[in-house]
Amino acid sequence: MKKKVLEVKDLRINFKTYAGVVQAVRGVSFELFEGETLAIVGESGSGKSVTSNALMKLIPQPPGIYAGGQINFNGKDIIPLTEKEMMTVRGNDIAMIFQDPMTALNPTMRIGKQITEVLLKHKKVNSRDAAKVRAIELLDQVGIPFPEKRYRAYPHELSGGMRQRIVIAIALAADPKLLIADEPTTALDVTIQAQILELMKEIQKKSNTSIIFITHDLGVVANIADRVAVMYAGQIVEYGTVEDIFYNPQHPYTWGLLGSMPDLNNSSDELLRAIPGSPPNLIDPPKGDAFAPRNEQAMKIDFEMEPPMFKISDTHSAKTWLLHPDAPKMPLPDAIARRIKGYELEGKANGK
Amino acid sequence: MANKILEVQGLKQHFGTAKDPIKAIDGISFDVYEGETLGLVGESGCGKSTTGRSIIRLYDITDGQIMFKGRNISELKSRKDLMQFNREMQMIFQDPYASLNPRMTAGELIAESFDIHGLYKNKAERREKVGSLLESVGLTREHAYRYAHEFSGGQRQRIGIARALSLDPSFIIADEPISALDVSIQAQVVNLLKQLQKERGLTYLFIAHDLSMVKYISDRIAVMYRGKILELGSADEIYNNPIHPYTKSLLSAVPQPNPEYERNRVRIPYKHTEHDPAAKVIEARPGHFVFGTEAQAKEWAK
Repeated sequence: MKKKVLEVKDLRINFKTYAGVVQAVRGVSFELFEGETLAIVGESGSGKSVTSNALMKLIPQPPGIYAGGQINFNGKDIIPLTEKEMMTVRGNDIAMIFQDPMTALNPTMRIGKQITEVLLKHKKVNSRDAAKVRAIELLDQVGIPFPEKRYRAYPHELSGGMRQRIVIAIALAADPKLLIADEPTTALDVTIQAQILELMKEIQKKSNTSIIFITHDLGVVANIADRVAVMYAGQIVEYGTVEDIFYNPQHPYTWGLLGSMPDLNNSSDELLRAIPGSPPNLIDPPKGDAFAPRNEQAMKIDFEMEPPMFKISDTHSAKTWLLHPDAPKMPLPDAIARRIKGYELEGKANGK
Repeated sequence: MANKILEVQGLKQHFGTAKDPIKAIDGISFDVYEGETLGLVGESGCGKSTTGRSIIRLYDITDGQIMFKGRNISELKSRKDLMQFNREMQMIFQDPYASLNPRMTAGELIAESFDIHGLYKNKAERREKVGSLLESVGLTREHAYRYAHEFSGGQRQRIGIARALSLDPSFIIADEPISALDVSIQAQVVNLLKQLQKERGLTYLFIAHDLSMVKYISDRIAVMYRGKILELGSADEIYNNPIHPYTKSLLSAVPQPNPEYERNRVRIPYKHTEHDPAAKVIEARPGHFVFGTEAQAKEWAK
């Protein structure tokens, strides 16, 4: 049995604004085991970044409010921890890779110093010389050529992909048990993105780190994730293994996400299945299913009552009334069904 | 065969000093046919945006020739000619947050071009035109009185598109029009672009780094790398039968929303080699061009 690293229970985060209280995260629960990768997918404003920042307690208070729930890291709730106690967790036990490598680094500090800072702060080494040796090792590990030379470079001397490697090296410096990556490859080219993903998987294999990967790119999810949480309007609407989500999606929003990506093997004559409208305002979240106003086949109950999380299998659950035993059978949209069949064939062909 | 609307020959765009130039575009040639979508892909810094900007005369080109509807655009000098050119060719920009003036309403933004070109001087007529443009991009007439900050990213990009359409152009350069948008909104905007093309017979030069979207929207694709076009052909050809090793590498890096496939994916790395001076454009298959020497082309085709 794998060790449970993180357990989030019914997490709620609100923000006070002049317009009213924004309920950015509305009861999110998930678990993460050692050496596993959880991908959180969703549009901007779905609360995925707020969730990940909350895990590090990076939500500024005020205006942010931890309105409820627990974040159990290694069996201990971190929400009541003081700022001082958090400092030993941040960077040490939980580390974060930020989205934009152009702004995440300090432009006035040599990159070597930015890495040794972490090592010395968390007392992973006991001298400056040892810190330097370790920092160069880390640079080498993330695939930076000539690490001794780069140790003295400034961030502006490096390309975007190289900078993101530095950000990863900093995150890895203290051997964290949990790595949170908030859209780490969104600002990068596909070729560089592929390299960074390979690097993260390799590191995970070596040190058995758990990863939470936030992204809106389903291709990246398919590549890196073991489990997937699809977020919409501050809630997880579907949760399952990567196979569950891609080959057996149950929530109409997941269908929409899959449908809005172009399928490279099908003809381009048909229009993409765009999700109409835009996400709801979370100051006044909709009463029933938050996705109902954008769902063309929404039922009456979707506007009246919020659906619970229905269990489909041990690993797979979804928050939609369609899974209620009394619900009418809603077949998968044709385009999606065809696509999944294509994926399965392609996957098999590729595996041989 | 459709008519050529745009012919680019030996285009060069160098920045910096003459002694030590940065060759952003290093001699590229291609044609765009009426009514088609040509996708231009490549990683950041390969010169794809510079190409778009040179074609629409945001830069004065260093060398080469750009013929638009049979006229050399670098020779357009008189105000009348330039106005005519600007009416025919328009651009959609990448960042809908930065490309709209926050102090103007959507209606003013769209009607700005009417002032410049002295069109629709009658107020009612102008309101009608702005309204119909807003409707054609999927917004409503009431939106004309709102400011840019009152719109979401996808809606802003729609205003950007309405602005580009305001002078009824025939050719539109879309410079990464969807990369700043969310996935579900990207599909909406791409669908809109396709629908407008059908209705108005527009020709697009679609610049992007997202290969899957480019494949979806384009009829033909040109792959750029370090200021050169390395491969050009129909979208299916480029996608299914890539010839140049760089194209193969690029395609192998695109993640697919298919876990089974991803688990077995092998990325083909590309090692940068200096372009052989003897390299030239070779037609490897009908309509499928690749940049290299004869020997290389044979080697790659295997």
